This record gives sequence, structure tokens and C-alpha cells, in this order.
Amino acid sequence: MSPIVLLRNRRVRELAYQVICVAAVVAVGWYLLSNALANLAKQDIATGFGYLGREAGFVISETPIAYEPSDSYARALLVGLLNTVKVALLAIIFSTVIGTLVGIARLSSNPLLSRLMLFYVEALRNVPLLLYLFLWYSVIIFTLPPVRQAITLLPGVYVSNSGLVVPAIIWNSGFWVAVVAVAMGVAAAVAWFKFVRHRRITTGKALPGWPVAIALLVLPVVAAALLFDISGDVDWPVLGKFRLTGGAHLKPEFVALLVGLTLSASASVAEIVRSGILAIRKGQREAAKSLGLSDGQAMRLVILPQALRVIVPPLTNIYVTTFKNSSLAIAIGYPDLVMVSNTIMNQTGQAIEPIALFMLTYLILSLLTSVVMNWYNGHVALKERQS
Amino acid sequence: MSDQSTMTGDLAPRHRQRGRLHAYFGTAGNSAVTLISLVVFALAAKAAISWLLVNAVFSGTPEDCKVASGACWPYLADKLRYMLFGIYPFDEQWRPLAATLLFIAAMAISGIPRLWGRSLIVGWIVLLPLLFVLMAGGVFGLTSVPTSQWGGLPLSFMLTFVGLVLALPLGILLALARLSNLPAIRILAVTFIELVRGVPLISILFMASVMLPLFMPEGVTIDKLLRAQVAIILFAAAYIAEIVRAGLQALPRGQTEAAQALGLHYWQYTFLVIIPQALKTVIPPLVSLFIGFFQDTTLVTIVGLLDFLNTVRTALRDPNWQGIAVLEGYLFAAVVYFVFSALMGAYSRFLEKRFRVGHD
Repeated sequence: MSPIVLLRNRRVRELAYQVICVAAVVAVGWYLLSNALANLAKQDIATGFGYLGREAGFVISETPIAYEPSDSYARALLVGLLNTVKVALLAIIFSTVIGTLVGIARLSSNPLLSRLMLFYVEALRNVPLLLYLFLWYSVIIFTLPPVRQAITLLPGVYVSNSGLVVPAIIWNSGFWVAVVAVAMGVAAAVAWFKFVRHRRITTGKALPGWPVAIALLVLPVVAAALLFDISGDVDWPVLGKFRLTGGAHLKPEFVALLVGLTLSASASVAEIVRSGILAIRKGQREAAKSLGLSDGQAMRLVILPQALRVIVPPLTNIYVTTFKNSSLAIAIGYPDLVMVSNTIMNQTGQAIEPIALFMLTYLILSLLTSVVMNWYNGHVALKERQS
Repeated sequence: MSDQSTMTGDLAPRHRQRGRLHAYFGTAGNSAVTLISLVVFALAAKAAISWLLVNAVFSGTPEDCKVASGACWPYLADKLRYMLFGIYPFDEQWRPLAATLLFIAAMAISGIPRLWGRSLIVGWIVLLPLLFVLMAGGVFGLTSVPTSQWGGLPLSFMLTFVGLVLALPLGILLALARLSNLPAIRILAVTFIELVRGVPLISILFMASVMLPLFMPEGVTIDKLLRAQVAIILFAAAYIAEIVRAGLQALPRGQTEAAQALGLHYWQYTFLVIIPQALKTVIPPLVSLFIGFFQDTTLVTIVGLLDFLNTVRTALRDPNWQGIAVLEGYLFAAVVYFVFSALMGAYSRFLEKRFRVGHD
């Protein structure tokens, strides 16, 4: 068969397209790579990940784990990664709480409140996050008073131009007792709710849910407080004449980044919560009412469980975005993964490996967030009959 | 108002009977909410007025601003042209101004759905080189201005607009490739899209600014601005691809089948039948994406381009004003970004409403 006849065959044509595409991608990739190798050899820059084991030699301003400049580059990257995870996780938690409240308040029947919340959301969504980061950072650095005149926000919480000082937890035996007590309380409360639900379904009788649950939550903590000494395990900051002593010091970079990420994500969460609640048909609320449920019960038992199905998938995107947005840290000097990688790039001259490494890390973080949220989505998704 | 009536549907008629005040003071809880909101609003308004007007300095020297506790308007007046146009030659700054105004006018005209058509596309094809010549110069007696001196608001507009215009065809191709039934092509597209969407924009910008020069053959250097522009195009293409894919998937199969039955082959029915319909349904999310990218272009600040945010930031380092007007510049930039984003947002909602009417 001549080639012309062969090309009339669809199968052959499709195969040809694919071969051409793959060959083109491989050729361009190979061309770029060979250029890179030639350039690197010429500039006498090492390749490969050998640098990871060498001494880093630079200081990191914020270290959740022990780190010295004499440690390896690998350890420096780990510190950066932990800083990224720390700020992003905190932002995710705070923004979920704030965003949910704002989203519900947006739907308030009180026009004043809903307008105020609309302004909050619009002000955050229409201005770039990076601009806000610079703004919050400048606010902290330039407009807040020096440490000597630190402002007391709450008892034990001081804010000044060198950041935020909060009471610190000292993780000794007494505190572990408190943690165990709280965990026991939560477990008991959850078990109680399960029992109440089971009881309601089997006998139709309603037992008091929250009062008993709160008692179950508080009791172990009170018992622990009476039996053990758990009071001295918080390190309260003290405002002296010249400086603050004790407590945990959160640096301006961290505070600005956390505030910026939290506010920006909370606006997105608010919009999603709002549209999730609006997506539930009016009939659902009316039906719940006609069954004699109160407003709160209708929201908790009828509206929210259905709204969650609409809310959770886009919420996953926001969490992933928050992780990615935390990379803006480099702009204000918070030592996250990207900033540490950037320092390494400048020191070693190697660009490809550090960038590839942090891109891979972000891919894994995005994937992990999606996996966790998909698991949660499976829980709240519509349970259809098994066929 | 429609939001509230959906939420409190059963209460809505009673609201009307009880008059306007009921919404504010209907119940004890509601009254408390109203009072707290009023207090919050009053405090915010008081702070804003005292900073912007009462304690502000309207004319004078940096020394005057140093003493006052309010806004420093002379700073904005002094640095306005630098913030808007960066280090573009001072005497030639009418050119970026004219280019920006022309661009905004053209965007406004293009926003009118009634005018959508071929002539509009032709208009843009004529306008864009014109704007480029206006900025770059070198002909018609205009002084040549290299891209390294471009900056400020025109640069932000350019990065966004050129980025999205060039990313759109690439995104459409990627979306088609992702839905293709040829496995190799599908895998290539999925890999590209997911890879780009899984990493922060800043890493792509780093790649473009640090790694791209390494990948070029010896002696070839690419303009710094062009490198950032390429990064933005690739990044935007992956996001556009996902939006277009949603539009393609929302189209009933019958459209493809009918086109095939008429004897059209793949490229014919895809570009004559499928893409026009799919694009029409995804215009509102594309406009939302546009707003997002307008804000995301601020990230080029980090790789050292003088976009609007960066000119605002570097204006702070002016030795005359250092440490005196620290927030004014950022707040001014925030207002500018807010106005443009909010306008585009309103336009996106207008389109959404219009298209929804068209479909029902």
C-alpha cells in the first residue's frame, strides 16, 4: 500500500498525530535540556541533588524545629516547608471559621449587617493579596508603637512594631494531662451525641444533647485541674520597662502573612458558604418548619447538611489555593519553602533542582489537601441507595 | 434584596406589612445586630474621615507630613506620575497615558455585546500594534523606549491583557486535547494542565526568570518582560483550558453528532459548531478569571518587574519621603485595583444575567 492510501485509514492517521505530538514534545524537551546542560557546564555550575547534604550556612529567622546555619541544605528546606505548612494550616482554620460566619451574616435579614459583610467580601476580593501583604506588613512595622509601649489586645496578648506576643504553652507533663482530659471530654461528648441519635431513631424520644455534652466536655478538664497541677504550664508574657519577656513571639512577617492569607481566604469561603446555603431550595426550610423544627434546628439538621454537599468541593480549591498563596511569603521575607529555596539558588547557583523540588512539594501538598477533602466530601455527599 | 427574600421567604410578606424599620429592629436579636453594625460603621467612618480629611496634610513638605497623624496628600501628588508610569522617560509619559486611555476605551467598547463580531476583532488587531508602537517608539519621530523602562499601570494592563488574549487559543487547544480520544495527546494535555494548576504562579515566574535563560542556546537572551509574559500566558492557558473544558462538556452530544452527520470533519465541526457555542457559555467565568489574573500579575513584583504594585512599593523608597508616607501609596493602589476589579465584576454579573435570560 502506498503511504497516501495508508493515510486514509483513520487508525493510521490517529497514530501518526500522536507520534508527531510526542516526538515534538520530546524533541523540544531534549533541545532545552541539552542547552541547559551545556550552559551549566560552561558556567561551571554543578548539577544534581548533591547540594542537599552540604552545609547551608545561612540563618533562618523563624525555625519551628532546631536549626543552625551549620545544618545541611536539606534541613533548611525542611524548616521552610514546616513554615509553609504552619502558616497555611493556621490560615485555613481561621479563614474557615471567619468565612462561615461572614457567609451566614451576608444572608442576614438585617440589611445593615448584610451590607457590611458585602463590603468586607468585596474589599478583599477586589484587591490583590500581595498588595494586602505589603499593606499589613507596613501597618505593623510603621504604625504600631515600639515594644516598650506595646498595645495590650487581650490579657497576655501584646502587639507592637516587632510583632505579636502571645502566651506560650509549655509542653510538660501537666499540659499533657490537660490535652488528654480535653480529648477524653470530646470523645465522651461525641459518644453521647451518637447515643442520643440512636435513641431518637429507635424510640423517637429526644434526650438533651448539648447540655449533657458540655458537661461531658468540662468534667474531665475540671477533674484534671483538681487532681493535677495544670495551671503553671502557660508562659505568660510580661511587659517590662524595655521589652517583653516570656510568651511566644510571632514576628511581623508571620503575622502579616497569616492575616493576609486568612482574610483573603475568608472572603472566598464566605462566598461559597453563602451560595451553598442559597442553593438549598426554599421548600426544604418550609418543610422543616412545618415539621415543627426551630430555625436553629432547621439550619443544623436540614439546610447545612445539604449545603455542605455544595460547599465542600469548592472549599477544597480554596484550601489548595491558600497553600499556593502562602508562597507570596517571599515578598515580605517570611522564610517559607520558596524563600529558603531562593536563598539556596542564590548561594549554589543551581536553579533547576531547587525550583523542581519546591514545585514537586507544592504538587504533593495540593494532592494531599485534595485527598483529605475528598475523603470528607465522601462523608457529606448524597448517600444514594445501593442498587 | 433577592438574597434575603430567598433566605427568609416565609417572613418576607410580613416584613412589608410591618414597614421598613422591622428589618432593623424586628426582634431583640436583630436590634442588637443593628446597633453593633452601626457602632462598627460609625467607628470606621470616624477613623477614615479623621485620617483622610481632618488630620490630613493637603499641601506642604515632607516635614509637614511627618508631624501630622493623617494622610499625606502631597506625597501622592509628588509620586503620582512615578506610581502610574514607573521609570518611563518623564517627558514622554503622555505616551503610556494615551495608550492606557485608548486601551480602557477600547475595552469599554468591546464590552457591549451588541458590537461583538468580526469588525471588533479587526479593530483590536489594528489597535494592539498601534499601542505597542506608542509605547516602544522608534518610528514616526517617537523616541525609542526599551521595555526595561516600561512600568506602572500600563505594564500591569499589558501583562494581563496580552497574557489572556494569547492564552485563550492555547487554552482552547489544551481543552480539546484533554477531551481528545487519542491517549497520547490526552495524557500530554492533562500533565501540562495539572502540573501548572498544582503549583503557585510564583514558581512559574521563577522558572521563567531564572531557568529560562539556562534553557536557551548560548548567546540568546530573552527580554525580562517577555519572560514574565510567557510565564503568565502558560499559567493562564492551563486555567482557561479547564474553563473551556467545562463549556465543551456542557454541550449536548447531539451537536457533535449532527455536525458529523452533515459530513463535517473534526476541525470543521469543532471550530464552526462546538467551540463558538462552548465559548459563549463560559464567557462569565472567563471574565472572572480575567479579574483574578489582573490581580495575579502583581506577582511579577517578586521577580523584579516594575508593575503598578512595584512602582507604588519603590516610590516609598524615595529618600525625601522615606518613612513618612508609608500607607498612602498602598491605599491608593488598593483603590485603583478595587475600582477596576469591581467594574469588571459588575460586568461579569451583567453578562451572567444576560446569558441566563437568553437560555431560558
